[in-house]
This record gives sequence, structure tokens and C-alpha cells, in this order.
Amino acid sequence: MPHVTMEVNGKAVKVDVAPSALLVEVLRRDLALTGTHVGCDTSQCGACVVHMNGASVKSCTVLAMQANGAKIVTIEGLSQGTNMHPVQAAFKEAHGLQCGFCTPGMVMSSADLLARNPNPSETEIRSWLKGNICRCTGYHNIVKAIQIAADTMSKKAAAE
Amino acid sequence: MYSFDYHRPGSVADVAKALLANPEARLLAGGQTLIPTLKQRLAQPAAVIDLGGIADLKMIKRDGATLVIGAMATHDMVARSADVKAAIPALAALAGGIGDPQVRNVGTIGGSVANNDPAADYPAAVLALGATVVTNKRQIVADQFFAGMFSTVLDAGEIITALHFPVPKKAAYAKFEQRASRYALVGAFVADTGAGVRCAITGCGAGGVFRSAEIEAALAKMFAADALKGVKISVANIMGDIHGSAEYRAAMVPVIAARAVAMAV
Repeated sequence: MPHVTMEVNGKAVKVDVAPSALLVEVLRRDLALTGTHVGCDTSQCGACVVHMNGASVKSCTVLAMQANGAKIVTIEGLSQGTNMHPVQAAFKEAHGLQCGFCTPGMVMSSADLLARNPNPSETEIRSWLKGNICRCTGYHNIVKAIQIAADTMSKKAAAE
Repeated sequence: MYSFDYHRPGSVADVAKALLANPEARLLAGGQTLIPTLKQRLAQPAAVIDLGGIADLKMIKRDGATLVIGAMATHDMVARSADVKAAIPALAALAGGIGDPQVRNVGTIGGSVANNDPAADYPAAVLALGATVVTNKRQIVADQFFAGMFSTVLDAGEIITALHFPVPKKAAYAKFEQRASRYALVGAFVADTGAGVRCAITGCGAGGVFRSAEIEAALAKMFAADALKGVKISVANIMGDIHGSAEYRAAMVPVIAARAVAMAV
């Protein structure tokens, strides 16, 4: 069986995989990183979003073999120890979730947006979230959370 | 998914060899269409040959009056490239409107063009701009490349390596999108190439992407949105589905093309 070597949340891992294994299957099943969710399994809903070499991707639509040699960050790797990432803290503050199923993908997607565009407009935020579906909140508080996170992150960047 | 062998060659020559050795293989570019197809067991390739290991295929560069985009450039790379934005801003905008951010981070121009989905955006740009499809074997002009829905003239064992886009005087792409999928119900790419006006329509052609003679004739007289008032498109080659009838889409073609003309820079 072939194997895939990746850096996942800062740790080097080597996993035997079938060529048809999806990245999300390896993360959840082999690495027990179950924070990444499978919602639709058809690349519509975005619950499975992780970062691959710094860019957000739908891990249900990437073969594990395609991630060979890649740096992967999942929701479990976003905080620094017990310090939540500003996007995570903002989702908590703004109540940007109800059931929480879509939240890992929402947070990973939002973190990618803010890394590229530190001060997005509401239109840019809503447009960016096209690939993330939430069936509880109607997005209002999710957008608010991302605006709060943008504010926190730019204040932090200005202070440094 | 059915099981398959996986190969990740390091050069186009090695991909060609792997294809010869595995005639039942499929090429994997970004996989944003192929992987869902495999998951639904709509394809059963003996092997998947991943182009992701060939760094050369990701380059984007301006070469005089031509914009060269490697087949494995992602939609996101095209959308954000300073060279693309400067040479053909309409192409950067088109790439930035495909699917969603995560699809754009992985999906590639070569994959989209080779797949020739009748609702894909890129085929309209390739056809309207009169681009050249470069493969490991030859160069194919856009007018001869697309061969009907999900079909191209690519031979077995032939691999797209790059797209060459002549830089137009002005161009724009407008899309009337299906709200959930973001695929075009009607998409119109218009280009004033300097050697004539070209207009390619995606999303509604019964045979996939096509050039609209009616719209090109009207715009040849005057490259302005008003020139398309009253232009009628025959429904003969327009497809309809649950998202819009053929008559409705045919009526939308000049409307969307006019929007593109109004945006052209």
C-alpha cells in the first residue's frame, strides 16, 4: 500500500493509504482529527475545509495522495495551546454558531480570507462564504464574527 | 470510489509514458470535477495520473502580446496574478468568479478546458479570446479545440501544458449564474481583439461553448451594449433544464452579452 507523508498541525506524519483515500478520511480515521467534519461529501457544504500549504481546500475533494509533502492545518491546529485563534474567539463572542457542525469549516475558511484580506467588506465576506453552508444561523452572526476577528487581528498587527 | 493505481510523475514526458502504459488511466489536474465523478462511481479508471508534481505547469507569464498560463495554474492563481490583471483583467475576474474560494484554490485552468463542461467559464474565455491550447504534441487554436459537450479534439495520451491568450484591446465576461452552484445559466465573454470582435457563450449551448454569429455581427458594427438591442438568438442549439428553459436562456444571451460589452476594458 502506498503511503503519504505530510505535516499535520506542525507534526510530521506518515500514513499508509489506499490511492482512493480522501484527505478527510485520513485526517478523521487514521489521525483521529475528527474536528474536520463531513457534511455533504459532494464539495458543496464546506464543513471539511482545512488548510493545505496555507490555502483553504475542501478535504472531501482532495485525494490524500495529492497532499503528499503538504503542510496541513486542521481546526485542531489553529489555536496556540489554549489561546484560541482570533477567528475562534470571535465566533464564540458573536455567537457565530448554533449546532456547530459547520463551524470548523467556517472558521478555517474565514481564517484563509483574513490572511489574504485583513479588512474585508461585508460583501466580500458573504461572497467568500459561498463554499460554506450553515443551516442554523442564517449567517448573520457568522459575518459579524468575521468582522470582529478582522478588527482584533488588525489591532494586534498594528500593536506589533 | 472504485480502486485505482496512483502515479505522480515529475515531468510531462513521464506523464506521457505513464499514459501509454495505462491506456485506461485518467489525468488528475485539480480534481474538482474528477474526484466527485470518481466518488459517484461514474468513472472507473485503472489508474489516476496526478499532474500536481510538475512545477513548470503552474507558471504564468506575459510574453509580448501573449499571456501564457500553465495548465496547472489554479483559478486562484489566475485571479490574483499581476500579469493576468494587467494583460487581460476580464480573465482574472472570470477566474475569481468560478465556484467558491476552496474550489478556486485547487481547480485548474487546464482541467477546466480539457473537461469542457457546457456550463464552465474558462471555455468561453478560450474561445472568445482566440487562445491557443498547447499540448505535449501540438498547438490547437480555440476554434478547432472544442468538440461538443464534455468533448475536445485531444487525443488519448495528449496532455494540455499551457494556454496562450493573445492580449485583446478590450474584453469582459458576464455571467448569469445559477445561485446555488454558481455555474453559468448563460455566460458571455466578449473581446475586441483588434482583428475583429468575438463573442463566446457558455452555459446554454446544446453542444457546449459556442461563438454567437448574431452577437458578433451586431458588435462588429458598433462595440457597444446598445448594439445588442433587438438581437434575437435562435433556440435551435440552446439547451434547457430545470433551472431555465431553452427559450428563456436564448432570450438572456443578448442581455448578458450586453452587460459584458458595457463592462469591457
